[in-house]
Amino acid sequence: MAYVIQSRPLVAGCAEGEVLLSDKPLSFWGGYDSKTGEIIDRRHPLSGEFAAGKILALPFSRGSSTTTAVLLESMRGGTAPAAILTIGVDTFYALASIVAEELFDETIPILSLSPADFERLKNGDMAKISQSGEITISTQAEVQPVAR
Amino acid sequence: MDQSATSKKDHLYLSDYDRELLAGERGPGPQMAMRIIVRMAEILGVERLIDIEAAHIDSSLYMGAATLEFAEKLVDLGAKVSVPSTLNVSGVDEYGWMHWSVPPDWAENAKRQMRAYQEMGCIPTWTCAPYQTEFKPKFGQQIAWGESNAIVFANSIIGARTERYPDLLDICAAITARVPAAGLHLQENRAGQVLLRLKEVPERVQRHESFYPVLGYLMGKVSGEKNPVVVGMEVEPEWDQLKALGAAAASSGTVGLFHLVGITPEAPTLEDALLGNEPEQEIDVTMDNLREAWRELSTADGRELDLVVLGCPHFSLAEFERLVLLIDGKEKHKDVEFLVNSNRAMRALADEAGYLRSLEVFGGVVTVDTCPLATPMLSPDIDVVMTNSAKFSYYAPGMLNERVVFGALEDCVLSAVEGRVVRDESLWRT
Repeated sequence: MAYVIQSRPLVAGCAEGEVLLSDKPLSFWGGYDSKTGEIIDRRHPLSGEFAAGKILALPFSRGSSTTTAVLLESMRGGTAPAAILTIGVDTFYALASIVAEELFDETIPILSLSPADFERLKNGDMAKISQSGEITISTQAEVQPVAR
Repeated sequence: MDQSATSKKDHLYLSDYDRELLAGERGPGPQMAMRIIVRMAEILGVERLIDIEAAHIDSSLYMGAATLEFAEKLVDLGAKVSVPSTLNVSGVDEYGWMHWSVPPDWAENAKRQMRAYQEMGCIPTWTCAPYQTEFKPKFGQQIAWGESNAIVFANSIIGARTERYPDLLDICAAITARVPAAGLHLQENRAGQVLLRLKEVPERVQRHESFYPVLGYLMGKVSGEKNPVVVGMEVEPEWDQLKALGAAAASSGTVGLFHLVGITPEAPTLEDALLGNEPEQEIDVTMDNLREAWRELSTADGRELDLVVLGCPHFSLAEFERLVLLIDGKEKHKDVEFLVNSNRAMRALADEAGYLRSLEVFGGVVTVDTCPLATPMLSPDIDVVMTNSAKFSYYAPGMLNERVVFGALEDCVLSAVEGRVVRDESLWRT
């Protein structure tokens, strides 16, 4: 099954990938290894997961001011998520993408979702993001069709 | 929610000064900084920018090639700060790194980043506790601070007004002296939202130093992005205790402002703290909740110990004084390292007071400009670390791959002497 939601792009762009989701906020400083893309906050439910190239969905960032710098480093090193989805406006993630554009003319989309749309997301969904912020979500059922 | 980011743009009012910067009339450095400020203002959907009087720059922390590139680009473009701007910790102890396991190329790059921020006119305070310096802000001042523990302290304990500034934006604010009129800069966003009621938490617990980091850790976990308000405090905490409380809350949560009713400046009464609103959520805090939080702060069990870390956030002179009273006449165990983090000015004051001599006799060392969370100074052989900081306890397992034991200052000293973890747990046992 696939459905489409409209997000508000804080930093617009196209991306496609698997959704990696948590309802717990994450500080990238102390929580994200910019060398490998691993989530290393050992108190976070996604600890040990690799977010590089995935569509990372988190309600908002947590804790340290250095989250932005770590995300910027991971963008430079090619270990960043393909996009980040949040509820509401998270300036920490958006800023990293804006500065990356200033420095090396690259961005990752940072999109704001309504709480209801965020809640429909599931780990392992495939998401396709368009420049206008439209997100097409394919749920696992379609990725692996159930035999009839 | 407004679905259109572009429609917001039309609503942002820019002053003549803002437009001059944006047009590059004051040079390409200020132009780049203003471009970033304006984009953030558009994202936030604000109507205007406001002036700030001071800044604290967390961007000084070297995280790799990109943060260095950003700093040096601003320097190359001729950017200078236009308000007094203190510097947070850097990525290296500039003159002491060679005594530790810091790779030389890391040290070289981190020092380049330190120079870049000084070239922009920042004040080389090199501390995560700028409220312990002569540059601490005043009540009601609009400022742009980075560093989560400093932000929560400035807002809550001093009553200055700063939004939670991420790295890279703090320096843009310092260069332009302008920030989006949003968040904790505005009175209406400073109301308490989550009400925490201390229920039968005895005064002897409230007097204990560990109560503050433990309560802070709990507060951060339950408050998320909201402003917590605490009622039921029976004692007047010291600055260092409030520092520990805020640092913990800004690590386990996203707390940028809290109120302690009857204690912090914007909360003489509960009504003041809530700005007349009803709380969005009410939570009772019992000894059971505190006990559970206290337990969660340690990830190591057993008695093994390699290192004691104090000064997260940076040690104050009062903390040096307390430490010296505890270590007097003692010597640490040869198998345990004992590290205190602080800044240069505080180390000089501690030296003058004779505290450094006592620490040296005990076998402890001070590192300045930075801390083990910000610089790769610790040997990989270090496995178990003991600390009195909930912030350090929170971050060390993931960042340093270490196991941590949380304890009071007294426990940390005793354990360093014994060479194994020794804690007085009576306060936390039923």
